[in-house]
Amino acid sequence: MKMVETTVEVKLKTGLQARQAALFVQEANRYKADIFLQKDDKKVNAKSIMGIMSLAIARGTTVKLIAEGNDENEAIEGLSSFIQKEV
Amino acid sequence: MAQVTTKDVMEKFKLTLVSGHEGIGRHITTSDISRPGLEMAGYFTHYPANRVQLIGRTELSFFEMLPPELRQERMMKLCSQETPAIIISRNMDVPQELIDASNENNVPVLVTSMKTTRFSSRLTNYLESKLAPSTAIHGVLVDVYGIGVLIIGKSGVGKSETALELIKKGHRLVADDCVEIRQEAEDILIGSPPPLLEHLLEIRGIGIINIMTLFGASAVRPYKRITLIVELETWDPNKTYDRLGLDEEKMKIIDTEITKLTIPVRPGRNVSVIIEVAAMNYRLKRIGINPALEFSRRLDEVIAMHDEIDEY
Repeated sequence: MKMVETTVEVKLKTGLQARQAALFVQEANRYKADIFLQKDDKKVNAKSIMGIMSLAIARGTTVKLIAEGNDENEAIEGLSSFIQKEV
Repeated sequence: MAQVTTKDVMEKFKLTLVSGHEGIGRHITTSDISRPGLEMAGYFTHYPANRVQLIGRTELSFFEMLPPELRQERMMKLCSQETPAIIISRNMDVPQELIDASNENNVPVLVTSMKTTRFSSRLTNYLESKLAPSTAIHGVLVDVYGIGVLIIGKSGVGKSETALELIKKGHRLVADDCVEIRQEAEDILIGSPPPLLEHLLEIRGIGIINIMTLFGASAVRPYKRITLIVELETWDPNKTYDRLGLDEEKMKIIDTEITKLTIPVRPGRNVSVIIEVAAMNYRLKRIGINPALEFSRRLDEVIAMHDEIDEY
């Protein structure tokens, strides 16, 4: 099974708090690929806002992004640059 | 994989740490418990070193009958590199040889006031639930007429909206969007929400709502066994959907196979009613009434009868 994954550090000032999580999920939903976000041993669907928020990701956490599908590379690129923004 | 350390057990059962303090962070990897009676007698060939060792009155009184040099040797063997903990029941005094051996090999020795058998069963229960394999699934878990129905499907297909409709009809929400599933025993999957998301549901256009405050305590459940999976998908004219209900499709979660129905979503199809009926129909099948099978049998009979008439 082909898929792309990458490990990134969350640099968003507030971490993935509610508003940022909503934007993140909105971005994830632009892609057709199945995308997952993993923190420690917990893996959730990146298109699910509740799932993302349940991880309570703080700034400085290292997370793994996993994508599988036609636009997997674009998805990984777009999402990792989103969580690495320092705003 | 979930992990339990000796420290977790100590805190959970309020045990007293006697010696081997440095090994308190050791991992317990199995829910099996060993009572090292034969080991005390010198038989270490099949010593299950990676289990928690539980010493009761029988083992300890036997140990006290041994000559001093044997005591020291056997306690050293008991405190192996892998042993996560040695627990002594009934608040009995820990033999000096065990204290020395445990301090040397950093195996924590703990004492409980409980009786051996009682402690053993409580520890087994605790370890089994803590070490149960678990996973998280993107979906919504609802209790419909007492059947735990897991609704899955692509993002935006209407899982949460369907759940909301079911709640309005008097059914109960367990978890929205992210369901944590543990296989607590063979063929038993228990779903619960991540602690942060308890009672919450997200509806596009409204946002996050609290089901408990909106609909009351009867509209929520903290956990539920999953017995039926319903997959929602946008109606695909090129796909064939089950028209008879004679065959059951299965989906595997961890090591358990669960019956799965695929329900196409299309404007005008009331999905919540379909799920209610699917749950009731599933219950009916478990009771032993299978309308699809009965109908098919009746049809076979009628066809066979026609065949006989034709022969004359």
